[in-house]
Amino acid sequence: MKTENAEILLRVENLVKYFPIKRGIIIQKTVGAVHAVDGVSFNIHKGETLGLVGESGCGKSTTGRTILQLYRPTSGHVFYNDVDLTSIKGEDLRVMRRKMQMIFQDPYASLNPRMTVGEIIGEPLVIHKLADRKQTQERVEHLLELVGLNAKFYNRFPHEFSGGQRQRIGVARALALNPDLIVCDEPISALDVSIQAQVVNLLEDLQKEFNLTYLFIAHDLSMVRHISDRVAVMYLGVIMELTGRTELYNNPLHPYSQALLSAVPIPDPVVEEKRRRTILKGDVPSPVNPPSGCRFRTRCPIAVDICAQSKPEFREINPGHFVACHLV
Amino acid sequence: MGRYLIRRILYMLVVILVVSFITFSLMHAVPGGPFDKEKKLPAEIIANLEKRYHLDQPLWKQYLSYLNDVFVPQFASEGPKGLVVDDDFLINIKITNSFWIRWMNFGPTFTSRSRSVNDIFRQNLPISVQLGLMALMIAIVIGVPLGIISALKQNTVWDYLGMSVAIFGVSVPVIVLGPLMIWIFGVTLKWLPPTGWGSKPPYFLGVFPTNLSWDYWRTAIMPSVALGLGSSAILARLTRASLLQVIREDYIRTARAKGVKERMVITRHALKNSLIPVVTILGPMMAGLVTGTFVTELTFGIPGMGKYFVTSITNRDYPVIMGTILLYAVFLVIANLLVDIMYAYLDPRIRYD
Repeated sequence: MKTENAEILLRVENLVKYFPIKRGIIIQKTVGAVHAVDGVSFNIHKGETLGLVGESGCGKSTTGRTILQLYRPTSGHVFYNDVDLTSIKGEDLRVMRRKMQMIFQDPYASLNPRMTVGEIIGEPLVIHKLADRKQTQERVEHLLELVGLNAKFYNRFPHEFSGGQRQRIGVARALALNPDLIVCDEPISALDVSIQAQVVNLLEDLQKEFNLTYLFIAHDLSMVRHISDRVAVMYLGVIMELTGRTELYNNPLHPYSQALLSAVPIPDPVVEEKRRRTILKGDVPSPVNPPSGCRFRTRCPIAVDICAQSKPEFREINPGHFVACHLV
Repeated sequence: MGRYLIRRILYMLVVILVVSFITFSLMHAVPGGPFDKEKKLPAEIIANLEKRYHLDQPLWKQYLSYLNDVFVPQFASEGPKGLVVDDDFLINIKITNSFWIRWMNFGPTFTSRSRSVNDIFRQNLPISVQLGLMALMIAIVIGVPLGIISALKQNTVWDYLGMSVAIFGVSVPVIVLGPLMIWIFGVTLKWLPPTGWGSKPPYFLGVFPTNLSWDYWRTAIMPSVALGLGSSAILARLTRASLLQVIREDYIRTARAKGVKERMVITRHALKNSLIPVVTILGPMMAGLVTGTFVTELTFGIPGMGKYFVTSITNRDYPVIMGTILLYAVFLVIANLLVDIMYAYLDPRIRYD
């Protein structure tokens, strides 16, 4: 694994994000909270890709957005090169945004429909006062070519493009400021399967070229396996298992990871024949009122008493292999 | 765009023609006539009156001659003859001393022998347009910012305050607000004149007052506010709803992620996208306001157009009915054309060619 000794770019410590639920017409009382992210810790090394997988609603996207301070965390810290992002705001934070960008899930909704492609991609340069008009145009045209689009698209509007092309525009936009870290929030799940591979390959090529670091959020397990160096499995706002990709796919330790991975079809008829699916019973519990102790215990096939009583520690079982389970 | 405009103007003519036909048919289909009084007039007098106003002719002939009078430019050897009501054209262009092009004769009014429909357009319409434009300004200046504040401070005291004001504005009609304002500011405090309108002809471009003075503005304040408040409430609610939808869009988050300043996120990215529904309603709103509002003008004693919309129908004053309805149709069609042009500016996906 290339990441073993690399320097740490991003350190997330015990990140918590609750969304308050408010009642009342004039005087509002907080009657509860959606526990979207509940104590998440991990490191991302420079130049690596960390995959973040989990079911819909498990807090993957919220984690990504909270790291970039698009949501302010309820508690916890995010250190980017030893700068605590959670403690800075205003102008300081805007300056830090040059270093970390995000690629959004929906290429149809995430581009402002009344701005041209040139304005969309060039706006970061303009607002951070990094280039004048002419330099901006040159840079945008360069970026367009970099992501495999025609530089002549400069004056076109987003609605003139297909989904894959629009996501390329999103990628170009994220690259405009030469960031180190890019949070890819399900960048391919809104695209046709035939286009997904193109965009993933583009992301990989760009990573090699610019030594980018990715936090790759997805629910497509085979895609995550393809692109990630390490993978974190998330369930109900908590990371259940974090390890290298080969290790996770060959030797998943957490019962949730095992169930999740057993759902992936294997492209080999002989092996696929023998694949046994662990089908989880019931639904994901409400994040408003998550289960006590281990979050997964209500659906865990091997849960015992202790799982309801105490929250399992996120322990390093083998070197680089973290699991949050009492029974491992 | 040029071809589109030409096409739209041609459509406009068709719409106006259709409106004129429907109005003419309905107007004559309604029982009763202009000279039915409580005390019945002798048959000979009615016959004479109908002859005088050509009402004795078959309907199709009346309609065609109306179209001819209004829409077809006439070539005449002399200009306006002063007090002759039948010879009153709205537009008189002098080419030489003995050659005039004259256009748009909307006919006499049946209720006054010395006034024509064109007199109403010349004397009463400008007042309604002034009042309507000021009310529209007030509606926009109050309504849109109120909606923006409410949306940005959603579910806070500011939001509730703004929306309460809006609900108040929608639900308190001019017929209540008007007298209340007159009583407070006009009669009790004596800050503003309780009734009247301070503009007199001549009007610039046939509409705008030339004798602007403090007294003019003083008469205008109360009726404009009373009239504009209701519309401002509608605009505020619309702006709020639309902006709330837009600021939840992904591209707003994209803008924040780029590091765009919050103020710029709202003005550059959110506002223009959220103004489409607001602009849509502005078209009909403007047409309604500038062609005169019966209740407001009655309450504040303003000699505008509003009353002619109502009284012409009860009086069966055929030329006035036709004139007012056509005027309203023209304003509405033009306002909607302006709205469509604004669309193209607000949203690049809308292109007309």
